[in-house]
Parts: sequence; structure tokens; C-alpha cells
Amino acid sequence: MNEQTDIKKLTFKDFETDQEVRWCPGCGDYAVLKAVQITLANIGATPENTVFVSGIGCSSRFPYYVETYGFHTIHGRAPAVATGVKLANPDLDVWLVTGDGDGLSIGGNHMLHVLRRNVNMQIMLFNNEIYGLTKGQYSPTSKIGAKTPSTPLGSVDLPLNPCSFALGAGARFVARGIDTALKALPGTLARAKDHRGASFVEIFQNCIVFNDKTFEHFTLKKEAANTQIHVEHGKPMIYGKEKNMGLVFNQEKFVLETAIIGECGVREDDVLVHNETNKTMAQMLVELTAPDFPVVCGVIYCNPEESYDDAVHRQVEKAKENKKADFNALIRQGRIWTVE
Amino acid sequence: MNAQTNAQGFEELDTVCIRFAGDSGDGMQLTGTQFSVVTALEGSDLATFPDFPAEIRAPVGTTFGVSAFQINFGSVEVSTAGDEPDVLVAMNPAALMVSLAGLRLGGLIIVDEGSFNKRNLDKAGYLENPLEDDSLSDYQVQKLDITKMTLESVKEFGLGKKDALRSKNMWTLGLILWMFGRARKPITDWLEQKFKKLPDVANANIAAINAGHAFGETAETSANLSRYHVGQHTTEESGEYRTVNGNQALAWGLVAGSQLGNIPLLLGTYPITPASALLHTLSGLKEYGVVTFQAEDEIAAVCGAIGASFAGQLGVTSSSGPGIALKTEAIGLAISTELPLVIIDVQRAGPSTGLPTKTEQSDLHQAVWGRNGDAPIVVLATSNPHDCFDVGIEAVRLATKYMTPVMVLSDGYIGNASEPWRIPDINTLDKFSVKYCTDPEGFHPFKRDPETLARVWAKPGTPDCLHRIGGIEKDYDTGHISYEPGNHQKMTDVRAAKIAGVANDIPEQEVSLGTSEGKLAVVGWGSTRGSIHQAVKRAREENIDVSHIHISNIWPLPRNLKNLLNSFDKVIVAEMNKGQMNNLLRAEYLLDGHSLTKVSGQPFKITEILDCIRKQEVEVG
Ligand SMILES: Cc1ncc(C[n+]2csc(CCOP(=O)(O)OP(=O)(O)O)c2C)c(N)n1
Ligand code: SF4
Ligand SMILES: [Mg+2]
Repeated sequence: MNEQTDIKKLTFKDFETDQEVRWCPGCGDYAVLKAVQITLANIGATPENTVFVSGIGCSSRFPYYVETYGFHTIHGRAPAVATGVKLANPDLDVWLVTGDGDGLSIGGNHMLHVLRRNVNMQIMLFNNEIYGLTKGQYSPTSKIGAKTPSTPLGSVDLPLNPCSFALGAGARFVARGIDTALKALPGTLARAKDHRGASFVEIFQNCIVFNDKTFEHFTLKKEAANTQIHVEHGKPMIYGKEKNMGLVFNQEKFVLETAIIGECGVREDDVLVHNETNKTMAQMLVELTAPDFPVVCGVIYCNPEESYDDAVHRQVEKAKENKKADFNALIRQGRIWTVE
Repeated sequence: MNAQTNAQGFEELDTVCIRFAGDSGDGMQLTGTQFSVVTALEGSDLATFPDFPAEIRAPVGTTFGVSAFQINFGSVEVSTAGDEPDVLVAMNPAALMVSLAGLRLGGLIIVDEGSFNKRNLDKAGYLENPLEDDSLSDYQVQKLDITKMTLESVKEFGLGKKDALRSKNMWTLGLILWMFGRARKPITDWLEQKFKKLPDVANANIAAINAGHAFGETAETSANLSRYHVGQHTTEESGEYRTVNGNQALAWGLVAGSQLGNIPLLLGTYPITPASALLHTLSGLKEYGVVTFQAEDEIAAVCGAIGASFAGQLGVTSSSGPGIALKTEAIGLAISTELPLVIIDVQRAGPSTGLPTKTEQSDLHQAVWGRNGDAPIVVLATSNPHDCFDVGIEAVRLATKYMTPVMVLSDGYIGNASEPWRIPDINTLDKFSVKYCTDPEGFHPFKRDPETLARVWAKPGTPDCLHRIGGIEKDYDTGHISYEPGNHQKMTDVRAAKIAGVANDIPEQEVSLGTSEGKLAVVGWGSTRGSIHQAVKRAREENIDVSHIHISNIWPLPRNLKNLLNSFDKVIVAEMNKGQMNNLLRAEYLLDGHSLTKVSGQPFKITEILDCIRKQEVEVG
């Protein structure tokens, strides 16, 4: 074996492939790709031990653009394929890329189960509230009234909230990010990687062609300080340009409210401190929507449990310890007779 | 059954077919299985047919709750579970109602008279008690109050009535063991082992067996009860034997394949009758490195298997018709990405939910043609329980050598039926080495072996062979995405050529009975093997020029098959569907076959095939 004396530190460029990226100019997917490549460099990922698995959709083209192993599968089924990859080789670092249609419509059931099972992987759900690849039909996250080619008079069905869904499904790690938030996203993704289990990250992604500006009311950079809050474990949930707004808990109504520190007797101490292991708090945080509330980003919930792949392999190893594999003996168990 | 009385007062028979029929709760499957085991241990050939209802707990006493187990055993080769039972054991009126039509005229009926009360007769739909009129006059009838005698025999164990009645089947088994001069000990040993922690239950069951046996020995009726002897089947190859059912043998065959190819196996599956037993068996073999994944549905199951194959293991998925339909799109992904995958289809009667516990061979079109796009795969068929082992190994070998999905068609009959099996020694079976690519020189994921046309397999974790694959068409020369029309033509052609080339790697088609040319041939595939074999054997004894050809390689077909079939004046294609193999042979060879089909959920009778042979002989002239 060759001894590698100086292991070259990889940069984000080392995670680019020779393939031409084929998203529409201005698509939010470009920014997320960059954030992921930066994350991989930051966490010191080894390309050969990293696998990107995706379903079908614009976002699911992702694996072709990352210089690691990659599997572009079929619509909605990536969680199941990724589970198989991880069960076969738990040493691989698996990243799953899916869209709001891929992951919550056709693949909703698989998403439910990969989270429930807690398979050790990072799941990035690119939420653009639209079916991009099929040219703009509404999706299960589109707001009521969305006018699209399939809903010319506006959609009438209630959308779902991906993070609520994930928490409901039993996810042990739930986080949020924004495509253009290149400063915050790599940190959130690195936390997702650190969590040993299924890590669900919803990424608000702008589809410039079919659903432009749908998140603008809270993603616009100059308003961001007032419309977003990036939560951190153990820190009070304070936000705002002046750092004078905070989330407080109204015990009587059992709801979260916003308050201005220094007004109506609200002190800094009254502001809730983020506890990422508290599921009830997480459930409340993910439901907050702009403009009445800041949209909560960062690691909202992280409360690890043994992952499915770890548990499966623990059983396999135990079985190997307890029983000798002897195939000839196996097929001779029970009643046998001999013909001379 | 040809009878001759021997010195011990046993009538000597060459074959006997017994059908145990009762309510689902009467334990008929267990009775039949245990009788099969002692029969096998004493060296007779045998074939079984467990025939159970779809309902887990159908209402007691109803005709749709009848569960039956048929065993055909002989001192000669039997190869089917028997056309017409010689003996019917009917534990209640419903069992008699359902099973009587199949019984040989003059056959023996043993009934539990104690269960023929008004309530049970009504439930079975009898207006009159058949034991009291002359409706059974064509048969020999033994009316025994098995209910009462069982209760007496287990009295000392102080069981409640309901529990005590559970031993009815054992009492009956004791009597049948006596009738056929079979040993009780293997069964009483087994009961002691099984109910180690419940000695009262074990003892009650053993007492019931002994009481049934003693009844035969001593009761007044003994004068009317004959005893029969069926000898050993002596032409068997020497070696160690056991009984095995198809699902068990197939599961072991897959593990053997994984051992011989030195590749770990991952089963992704979702429970479905009659395929679940594969999951149950494989989930208990973790020490062989087998991982089982009970997924949320069949789609996730096959996708998990494909993920495992992408990661360098052998992905296996198992189901029955409806589940295979759900897997279809994902199988296309495995075809397009050229990953090994073994798909087991334990067929049931269809369409839709169909008849889950009844057997049929109607997924052949689905297996060979049932996908979007030009999507060829390898399709193999098993034809009896012990053959499942070899087919399991072959599926693993072909999937990994050709980087392709391989579908194995089994069916409910093969899956559940038991047969004697000469146990192989794994050390004497041919090993095959699965190759992974580690060489970056000129690497791209769709670089092919010039001979097999299989693409290289570089598993994640291999440095310098990084690649991305998916279901979009790939460029022939680089493996990158390509929308170029000429390239799609080339890739479609090469995928077809790769599968067609498998024909050079499988055996030529043999004639399983008869000659390689002549007047008539009966072509079959799958579980019809035994019936066709016996029918052709009898027809040949009648001097009809007929041969039996049984196809295991469904796709690609064996390379000599066309010439072989053309060497007969007429080919009968016998199958349990509406003529799917016949269509396939016509499509491939323009063969003008005579299609003999049956879809009643029951296997072919030998006589049904024999009649067809006789008619065709006349027609061909
Ligand atoms: C089985 C199947 N059904 C439908 C499609 C068509 N289809 C492809 S992508 C897509 C929706 C994609 O939406 P989303 O997951 O939100 O991804 P986006 O393009 O927005 O990133 C649909 C309906 C398909 N490829 N396969
Ligand atoms: S359609 Fe929308 S989501 Fe798809 S590439 Fe274009 S901008 Fe991006
Ligand atoms: Mg979308």
C-alpha cells in the first residue's frame, strides 16, 4: 500500500464534476450546490466514501454535479434506494436530494419511513413549492390559491409543512436553510452530517421560472434580519436589525408570540432560550410563518437515537458471534435420512 | 392403487394418495406435514399439496374455511400430489362437501361422525346428513366419533374442552399411521421437542396419537379396517435426504449463491402470500451476512435491493404478482443502470388480488414483457421444490455475471409443497467469482466486457472510480447522460444483445422424457412438471409417440429450443394460464402449438394432460 504522506486538503472545487450544470440561469439550485460543495470541503469528506442519491425533478439532477459517487434514481423512491445503500455499506456517507414533489408527493410514504426508521443520512428537501421539471404544476407545499397550469383558478387543497411532517414522522434531526444563505447553510449541513441518524433539512429554493419570489417576503436580504431567525441551541431566540425582538411563550394560550424587548415590560430574560432537544418547542417553531413571525432557520431539533443501520448491523454482528455460519449444517437441520 | 396382500396382513400398494381435510382450526396442515415426514423417513417417494383458504380464521364449519393437505406417496416415482385421492379424511361436513368430488370412486372416507351435527351440516349446506342416506354408497365409509374418542383419550390431562379437541388431528393421525404401518416415534419425539415448555400439551397430543393407533389395533371395526403398505422407492440416488418445500429451498439456494459467489445478500421485501416464507427464512440467517429489510411497500423493497446492489452487494427482492407489478418501474431502473438484482415471483392466481393461496402461472408475460421501454431481463422458472435450490444459485450467478435483473418464477404450489431432496454438499458446488472494478485506467461506468457485454461494477468506496449513474440514457463511450438518438439505438441494442447472449451460458434444452424428435411433444414450464411427466409416461406406455420438454430458461430461451420443437409434428403447450408460453413460442418461433390451459387454482391432473395427448395423437394421425 502506498503511504500517503501529505493528504491534500480538498476545496469546494474538488467536488465539482466535468458535467455542465443544466439548471435554468438564476435557479436557486446553483447556490445550494455551491453550499454543499463548500460543506464537503469543510467537513473533510472523502469523495469515494460519499454517495449522493436522488429521485426525479430539477433538484434531483444534483448528483451529476458532485464529484463523489452518485445515483439518480426514480421519482420519489430515493429514500428507499439510499436505505439499501446504507444497509449494504454503513461506512458510506449518504446524502439524499429530493424535491417537494419527489419527497412529499409521490415519495411521501418513503420519506415518512426513512425518517421513522432513522437511517443515518442527510436528507436535503429542495422546497420550491412547485413541480419544476414538469413545467410548473402545483405541489403539496404550494400555498392555497396557487395558480399553475394544472390549477388555473387556484389550488384548493391545503399544503403541508415539510418540517412538521418530518417531526410527525419521528425525525430526530430537523433543520432549515435558504438557498441563497451561503453563510448559514454549510454550517447547518455540517450539523446534519454530525447527527448519526436521519437528518432532515428543508431548503427554501427559488424556482425562478415557475414560482419566482414565492419566498421573497422572508428571504430578501435587506429584510432578512426582521423576517428570519437563525436559532442556536442554548441561545435566546432574539432577532431583528436592532436585536430587540424575541420569541416568548404565552403560557395561558400555549402559543409562541413575538415581543419587543423593553416594551410592555418584556425583558431579555423573558425571551425563550432555544433547546434543540425539546420536541414540543420544535413543533411550535416550525409552524411559525412570515409575516407575523420570523421564519425559523438553523437546527430546530436534534435529539439522537440509535440509527436503523446501526441497529441492524448490531443484530447481524451479534448473530455472527453467537452462531457459526455452517451452510452444510444448516440444510441438514431437522429430520434427515440416508439412502445407501 | 394396485393391491396385493402380504404376510403381515397388509395390502401391498405401489402408490396411495391421502387428502386430509378439515376446518382451518383442525390442524390439517400439521397433520399432513407430519405424515409426510414419517413417510419420507421410511423411504417412499412423495409429493404434497397443501391447499389452504385465504382467510386466516374463516368462520368455523364453513366450506370456505376448509383447509386440506394432500399427499401422494409410493414405492415408485410419484412426481405429483395425485389426481384423485384414494383416502379422504374429513373432519367435518364442510370438508366432506368440498373434497368429495375429487375422491376416487370406491375410495375410502374416514369421517368424524361427532362433528356431523345439525349446526355443522347447515353450515356446510347439507340438507340431509350424508352419513345417514345413501349418497356415499359409491365409497367405503368409516364413520368414527373422533371427537368423543379424542376427548376420552386426553381426559387425564385436565384440559378444557376446546383445548382437548385440538388433539383431534393427532388422534386421526395415529389411526392413519396404524393403517399404513408407519412409525409413531418421529412424531412423538417432535411433539416432545416442540412443546418442551408445555409438557401437558405434548403428553395430551401423544396420548391422542396412541389412542388413534390403538383404536385401529383393537376396535371392533378392525375387521373392516384394512391395513396397507407402501414400500421404499428404491431408485433414489444414494446420499442424505430430507423433505423440503420450494420457498425454503429457494431461500437456501439464494444463500448458497451468495456463498459461492462470495457476495453478501440483502433481501428487500414486503409480506405477501405465498412469498412471505422467503423473508421468514432469510431473516433468520444473519450469521451468513444476510440482511433483510422489511420495507414499507414493494416499491421501497425493490429500491432497497437496488441500493444494496449499487453499493456492491447482491440485492434480492421477493413478492407475488401484485407486488411484482408495483416493482416494475424500479426493475426498469436496474435494467437501465445495469445492476444485478434477483426478483422472486411466487405466483398466485390473478389478476389483482386474485386468489392469494391458489396457484397459477399467469405472470409469464409480466416477467418477460411487462415493463415500459425495451427492457429485457433474464427469466428463470423453478419446476419443483428441490429444483428451487439450484435455480436460486443460478439466479445469483447470472445476475452478477451479466449485471442484470434476473426474475425467478416460482408459484404457490411449488412454494408450499414438500418433496424429498437429496441434500447437496456446498463444498462440491461450483464457485463463481463476482468481479468488482478497482482499476481507474480508462474507467467509465458503462465500459463493457467484450464477451458478456456486462458493464464494469465499481462499488462506492473505491478510490478513483467515482461515477454517477441513473435512469436517463447513458453515452455508450463515456457513461455520461446522453440524449443523442443514435446512442439510444446503440444502448438499446447492446442491452438486448447482452441478455440474448445469456443463451450461450445456459444449458441446451433437454428432453426430460422421450425422444428428441417425433410425433408429439408436450412442452411445459414451472410446477406442471410432475403432471406432464406422468401423463407422458403413461401415454408412452400406450405406445403413443410423445415426449416431454420442460423449459426452465424462460428468457432467453435455450439456443437449441427452436430446432428441437420443430422436430415434432405437433407441440402441446400445457400451462396454468390462458396460453402465455404458447404465445411466447409463437412470437419467437412461429410455432403453431396446441395450447392446453387451466386456471382453476388447482394443479393439472395427469388425466387431463393424458386426454389431450390422446386427442392430439388422433388429430396428427
Ligand atoms: C413515475 C413518474 N411520474 C411522474 C414523473 C414526472 N415528474 C418528474 S419530476 C416531477 C415533479 C418534480 O417536482 P419536485 O420534486 O418538486 O422537483 P423540482 O423539479 O421542483 O425540483 C414529476 C411529476 C416521473 N418522472 N416519474
Ligand atoms: S424549472 Fe425552476 S427549479 Fe427547475 S431548473 Fe428551472 S428554475 Fe430551477
Ligand atoms: Mg419542487
